[in-house]
Amino acid sequence: MAKKILIADDEQNIVISLEFLMKREGYEVSIASDGDEAARRIRSEKPDLVLLDVMMPKKSGFEVCQEVKSNPELQSVRILMLTAKGRDTEVAKGLALGADAYMTKPFSTKELVERVRSMLAEH
Amino acid sequence: MTARARFILAVCILALLMTGPFVLTAGLVWLEAGEADRGRLIDAVVPHLPLGTLMTIAGFAVGMAVVRNLFRQYVRGLLRMEEHLKLMLGANHEFRVKPEGPPEVQALSQAVNALAQQRDELLQDVEAQISQAKHSVEEEKNRLAALMSELTQSVVVCNLDGRILLYNHRARQQFRALSDAPAVAGGGELIGLGRSIYAVFERNLVNHALESIQHRLRRSATQPVANFVTTTRAGQLLRAQMAPVLSVTQGEGGERAITGFILMLDNITRTFETESKRDQMLHTLTEGNRAALANVRAAAEMLEYPDLQEDLRERFRTVIRDEVRAMSTRLDETANEFADSLKARWPLEEMLGADLIAAVQRRIENVVRLPTKLEEVDETLWVKVDSFSLLQALTYLANRLSDEFEVREVRFRLSAAGRLVHLDLIWSGQAMSTETVMSWELEPMRFGDENSPLTVRDVIERHDGEMWLEREKVRHRAFFRILLPAAVPQEQLDEATILKGESRPEYYDFDLFNWSDKSRALDDRLLTELTYTVFDTETTGLNPSQGDEIIQIGATRIVNGKLLRQESFEQLVDPCRYLSPESVQIHGITQDMLKNQPTIEAVLPAFHAFAEDTVLIAHNAAFDMRFLQLKEKATGIRFDQPVLDTLLLSAVIHPNQESHRLEAIAERLNLPILGRHTALGDAIVTAEVFLKMIPLLAAMGIRTLRQAREAAEKSYYARVKY
Repeated sequence: MAKKILIADDEQNIVISLEFLMKREGYEVSIASDGDEAARRIRSEKPDLVLLDVMMPKKSGFEVCQEVKSNPELQSVRILMLTAKGRDTEVAKGLALGADAYMTKPFSTKELVERVRSMLAEH
Repeated sequence: MTARARFILAVCILALLMTGPFVLTAGLVWLEAGEADRGRLIDAVVPHLPLGTLMTIAGFAVGMAVVRNLFRQYVRGLLRMEEHLKLMLGANHEFRVKPEGPPEVQALSQAVNALAQQRDELLQDVEAQISQAKHSVEEEKNRLAALMSELTQSVVVCNLDGRILLYNHRARQQFRALSDAPAVAGGGELIGLGRSIYAVFERNLVNHALESIQHRLRRSATQPVANFVTTTRAGQLLRAQMAPVLSVTQGEGGERAITGFILMLDNITRTFETESKRDQMLHTLTEGNRAALANVRAAAEMLEYPDLQEDLRERFRTVIRDEVRAMSTRLDETANEFADSLKARWPLEEMLGADLIAAVQRRIENVVRLPTKLEEVDETLWVKVDSFSLLQALTYLANRLSDEFEVREVRFRLSAAGRLVHLDLIWSGQAMSTETVMSWELEPMRFGDENSPLTVRDVIERHDGEMWLEREKVRHRAFFRILLPAAVPQEQLDEATILKGESRPEYYDFDLFNWSDKSRALDDRLLTELTYTVFDTETTGLNPSQGDEIIQIGATRIVNGKLLRQESFEQLVDPCRYLSPESVQIHGITQDMLKNQPTIEAVLPAFHAFAEDTVLIAHNAAFDMRFLQLKEKATGIRFDQPVLDTLLLSAVIHPNQESHRLEAIAERLNLPILGRHTALGDAIVTAEVFLKMIPLLAAMGIRTLRQAREAAEKSYYARVKY
């Protein structure tokens, strides 16, 4: 069965690339364009992996991450955080709050694909 | 026994000596003789008796004359000399005893004169040395003052109570920018000898800096100074470096007590603004473009896939075009004007991490009364912090933990994490929800008597750090982790160069260092050691209750018995009413001069600040105070400090003089009158009069403020009776 991936980002211009990329890899893709929607979809769809942007309207990626990780039912959901801020304090915070991996924009799509693949393989 | 009594006794003894042997012999002869011999004796002696008596009287007279002469020369002469000597001892050092009388007395008086001469020479020598020493001290002080006034950095020296002992020209200029009413008071209400520095800096901030200096001194750090940055009421950003003034004498254990501090101030508002603008630009150009670059890069990479459908290919091209266009626009905008949406970097101070934790512990234990403990603290770590606000934030968090989650103890942990440092605030018990943490982070910090406009988030952002809540489920504990920037360790203790002995020469010695606010209640303090604001007002007329208004306030200050002419206050006031020609004749202030002057509502707050913490003095103070009191309601400003009236004090000193007008008093006290009938001119004359009155009052036993007020009250009632 194809793995499910949720792309949570409010920037359409990145979502379109990510969507194409993930579908091309053969994953089942759904999209959330703000923090609230992301949290809702994670709960209902229980994706295998979430590409989670930090800066989103309504709820930040940090909050969504914390929510997911504190819910025992969602233990299997992997989180890959994407951020447009290069500060290492933020990377540290994301990882401390339970993100499984972290990538800083701009990133190489090849690396992203490899990272996603390896995260899902660990599973 | 007086000299006179001794003289009479001597005369009596002389009389006894001259008659006694003769009478005794006659008595014995009479007893031995028989009946017949006695008759013969009478016959032989009686006819010669008058002659004998006469001879005895003559001899007695001669003897008395001799005794009297001796008495005059030796006893009286010496008594007179004694009086002269007393004169030489006290009132008239120049007096010399005139050598007279017998040679022995003359020799004595010569010896005394020689001694007196020797004493006078010694005294003169001592006086000359004292005045020379004074002169050189004065010279050094002047040299120091000249040096200070040349400095481009502003310097303020304070005693431990925060009273200003010394400031330079530059500091005065700088305080002008800090004043709430620069046009009216010109910073004179903030800076001045004897004024409190706490009008500018928060007391807690200064105490905190002093504490960290003390800590450094104890640790024998090479540079026991503290740096801090603070915003002032007027919104300026000040960077201060504080250095201690140490006592000359060493206490037990060789430590020298801190008796005051030196502040070197820099107004960095402008530099900070420029720097933060530059920062912003940099930030927009780097961080701001990350997301857009990510979009472009991803889309570009998608285009490389050969299996791409045409419509998707077109969409990716559109993404690239749009994003690149947006980036160009952003670049242009940034170059043109730096957006002010980004937070600026707050200037931070480097500090030993362990010191920071120790300070936090002390504060939490003192303020929140919550016990604290240490877990692993890496002693080698240095952090870059704004220690005052960070301490506030940690104390605030501990306070909320204690209040809302009944936490009984908090612990600290400090560990390195690359270029960052983890500071953990740990407690046992349940963890709160993310929303609670959020609200703690975002509410202004209020606890105890602290009331900061900052939030924990603001403080964290100042440090360019992060903070979050983590749980240690196994140990049933939770902690706040705060990420702080690490600093490169500073070179540490060099035992040999500790501030001891000669390392810091003492150039001068200020009397104000010995001042203490708390030593006595104001009323029981000596008139000589109080700080006064001597003021005078010019008004449109004599009846404030019928609409007369103040048109000028002038004031000067007396600190430590010295009139500080350079620290004066002079301001015209627009009375918002018509000026009668008669009053113009008195004060010479015309309607034109009052145009565009501030109104009393603007001037009174500045004057109030100028007079803060001082005793008010005015001539016929009741009159001026009446005008001020009538404005209480409108301005909300109360002058509730003690007031002294030179008119009443003059009546205390010279109750029998007819006139107690300022001119009359000044004339009596031999003071020249200049510039009368300007408010400042009159205030200065009043101040000079008061300074002359202090010793006169002291001679009447009136030394404290309470005594002066009571005496003035009595004289007032005395005057009212007539």
